[in-house]
Amino acid sequence: MPIYEVFRQEREGQPFQHGGSLEAPNREFADAYAREFYGRRAESFALWIVPREAVMEVREPYVAPVFDRDYRRVDGYSIKVKLKEARELAGTAEG
Amino acid sequence: MSSQAPPRADELLALADDELVLGWRDSEWTGIAPFLEEDVAFSSIAQTEIGHARAFYELAARELGGTADTLAFDRRPEEYRSSPLVELRLVHDWGRTIARHVLYELADAIRVAELKESDDADLAGLAEKIEREEAYHVMHAQMWADRLAESDDGRARLLAGLDELWPYALGLVEGAQRERFLADVAERLPFFFPPEVEPVARGEHVDEWAELWDEMTMVRRSAPGGRW
Repeated sequence: MPIYEVFRQEREGQPFQHGGSLEAPNREFADAYAREFYGRRAESFALWIVPREAVMEVREPYVAPVFDRDYRRVDGYSIKVKLKEARELAGTAEG
Repeated sequence: MSSQAPPRADELLALADDELVLGWRDSEWTGIAPFLEEDVAFSSIAQTEIGHARAFYELAARELGGTADTLAFDRRPEEYRSSPLVELRLVHDWGRTIARHVLYELADAIRVAELKESDDADLAGLAEKIEREEAYHVMHAQMWADRLAESDDGRARLLAGLDELWPYALGLVEGAQRERFLADVAERLPFFFPPEVEPVARGEHVDEWAELWDEMTMVRRSAPGGRW
């Protein structure tokens, strides 16, 4: 039997988060079971019900970091000094 | 639909008894349904039916006195107004169980829709709440009937159940409600009902009823007047 992954949105506008998975013979059953398991107590605003085979999974290493390119990393250098200089130039120095 | 005169207490009891007994019968599948997801779903439906029974008993108790519990469990077996359809023990036969489920839910939807028009505001309000849950029951029953009808084996099992239970299902509703029921069945099920069938009407009880009543009331009878 196919497996479906169920994602729940607790409140309108919030991101969907994985709730769990279920087995069902087809989409209609998956719909009914997802409502039963994840919507019965008004705990979800909306559900995404996705056949597991439709989910694309990738694992580490996503892109092998073989060369030293730490300038690509946002934690690689401090912008504090540059920011201060820029603010002074613009005459909006604060703190 | 025009507004309806409030049903008499015995009509409320018929509704409550149907839901209680069906909930009980459906709960016999708990732990042994065809697969885990269905086990949870069907058990939950059983529980919902019993919840509806409680609400109907409470309304009936306004007129008859007592409480939902005394009405549900302190009557003699012959006093129950449940329909023979819900009393049948169908556990271990999923095809017949689904046949009963879909026939019952289609008939029940018609009954509940009519209760929403009742002059009794409490009953109309209750019917509206019940309808929201029963809509899920209808969806569940229909998807199972459709699923069984997809394969030769499943279809044969479903049709055997519908054939056998048809006279019982006719006993659930009368008059205009029965006419609507016939139309709904014709539209939604792959089943050509025989034109002349004598309904197994409410008021009779099936052989298995005595045993079910005994089990259902056993704990309560073991401590008469007990507080729980």
